[in-house]
Amino acid sequence: MNNTVIRRLRTEWPLHFLLLPGVLVTLAYHYGPTLGIVMAFQKFQPILGFFKSKWVGMRNFEYVFHLPGFEQVLWNTLIISFFKILFGLAIPLALALLLNEVRKTWFQRLIQTSVFLPFFLSWTVLGGVLFEIFTLRGPVNGLLSSIGVDPIMFMGSNGWFRGILVGSDVWKGMGYNMIIFLAAIVGINPSLYEAAEVDGAGKWKQMLHITLPGMMPIIILLSTLSIGNILNAGFEQILLLYNPVVYRGSDVIDTFVYRLGLFDRQYGPAAAVGLFKSGISLLLVSLSYFMAYRFSRYRIF
Amino acid sequence: MVYKESLSRRAFHVVNVIVLSAITLMGFLPFVHLLAVSLSSNTYASAGEVTLWPKGFTTNAYQYMSENAAFFESLVVSLKRVAIGTVVNMLLVVMTAYPLSKENAKFQFRTVYVWFFAITMFFGGGLIPTYIVVKETGLLDSIWALVLPGALNVWYTVMLLNFFRSVPKDLEEAAIIDGAGHWSLIWRVYLPISIPAIATVLLFTVVGHWNSWFDGILYMNSPSNYPLQSYLSTLITAINVQIISVDSLAALQDLGEKTLRTAQIFMGALPIMIVYPFLQKYFVKGIVVGSVKE
Repeated sequence: MNNTVIRRLRTEWPLHFLLLPGVLVTLAYHYGPTLGIVMAFQKFQPILGFFKSKWVGMRNFEYVFHLPGFEQVLWNTLIISFFKILFGLAIPLALALLLNEVRKTWFQRLIQTSVFLPFFLSWTVLGGVLFEIFTLRGPVNGLLSSIGVDPIMFMGSNGWFRGILVGSDVWKGMGYNMIIFLAAIVGINPSLYEAAEVDGAGKWKQMLHITLPGMMPIIILLSTLSIGNILNAGFEQILLLYNPVVYRGSDVIDTFVYRLGLFDRQYGPAAAVGLFKSGISLLLVSLSYFMAYRFSRYRIF
Repeated sequence: MVYKESLSRRAFHVVNVIVLSAITLMGFLPFVHLLAVSLSSNTYASAGEVTLWPKGFTTNAYQYMSENAAFFESLVVSLKRVAIGTVVNMLLVVMTAYPLSKENAKFQFRTVYVWFFAITMFFGGGLIPTYIVVKETGLLDSIWALVLPGALNVWYTVMLLNFFRSVPKDLEEAAIIDGAGHWSLIWRVYLPISIPAIATVLLFTVVGHWNSWFDGILYMNSPSNYPLQSYLSTLITAINVQIISVDSLAALQDLGEKTLRTAQIFMGALPIMIVYPFLQKYFVKGIVVGSVKE
């Protein structure tokens, strides 16, 4: 028994050796912080470190959940995510269906390239663009004033700002999902369409009865997988674009943790919210992967 | 067989082309606007009179920018980050994906390792504990703070290991008979065959490093260590503060401020806008392989 382990180690050691750097980095920068979660149960003081800080049990959690505005933060997270997921799937799906009807390949390629562009740019660049076009004297307000609408403070109004968050997120991501949907359309058996044609189905009927059902597995897969992400409402985007005026409508768990931890130096409570979020996310992600496996036989490995 | 299209069908095509054209314009008109503003005189730009064509054409902003030390310092940090980060990431991804692509019979501990890495995709310490670990390991203010914490991307590893698995076993056996060890197997057999996957991961890694801004802000205490995108984010946060009060519209009209800012943001996007159309087909293939698999 022991002998076989030793013999195996002798032949397999190069493989362990290859994995060593990856294991070390993961231990240090992933498992390290994961252990650091203990500070959620401590009155953490950086000078004392994890070992000497005082334990406070669940008090950090109680403190945070009773903070005024925490409910609003949860609500913002859910509602912003929900609309990002909904439009982030529906619009690329519609685009893919429309694009599939285009017969000129150069036009198809032009659309793909242009729709895909924002995906590769950073939120800083896109943020810069958004500020320029939505500013008080920017082109969007210029357009509005030409039809007689008063200028709108898009980036400084709670009502409009969420819309901009969702809209720009969809704008950035739609190329990516469109490609996935297009790939699914291409994978549909063409003889189905020929058969439908013979039966007298028009293009609309064909889309309804062949294309959409054919894409169902991938649509279900993408939507189930996105459930696991519902607590990630888009940290970098919001952090960059928001300002105190729109905190009420756009502060999400991640931005809340960021301000609580790194600005107010409340490490313990901030870690507690972070842990709360990670816990629920873990549940949701496991659930969504389980469902994705059940519905679509999707596996990571 | 030629058959005439129905009227409604033709109407659909016209509408379709119009809708899609509008969406195409949404993809790049904003950047044309950005470029136009950056090439306009500041008076017109801050009055909001520039739309898609420069007004009062001037390259002042770009000239001014070429003398702006902060921009170039951050550009150098970014280039360094992309170079070091990409090499480290690629090495680690390949070195990790290869052993994990072995069958259990050939690598007894495979499952243990797979779980060790897979767990990191589902659960982590979050922002604050990660910050503290980076701080405690002494990386603050060093380029390694931008490279080491994310040195191993598990998603790309999974993508690559799935690709490695499709390498025909005969090739490997033939190489082993010729006396190849693991290292030369990787270099001579696995990598050459996996070029499409490697190219995809490589491009995503480069773009990822070039585009990251938040870790720069988080881990660099001194703005002179900011990579380009972090530096750009400070420009955006600066407008953000001004937007709060309408009174400070005057501040927006500071000399050259608006055109300079747009010029810098445009330059931050330019490398990708130039390269990306040529690399698009790789990205597209990689995305499809990575997401839609049986």
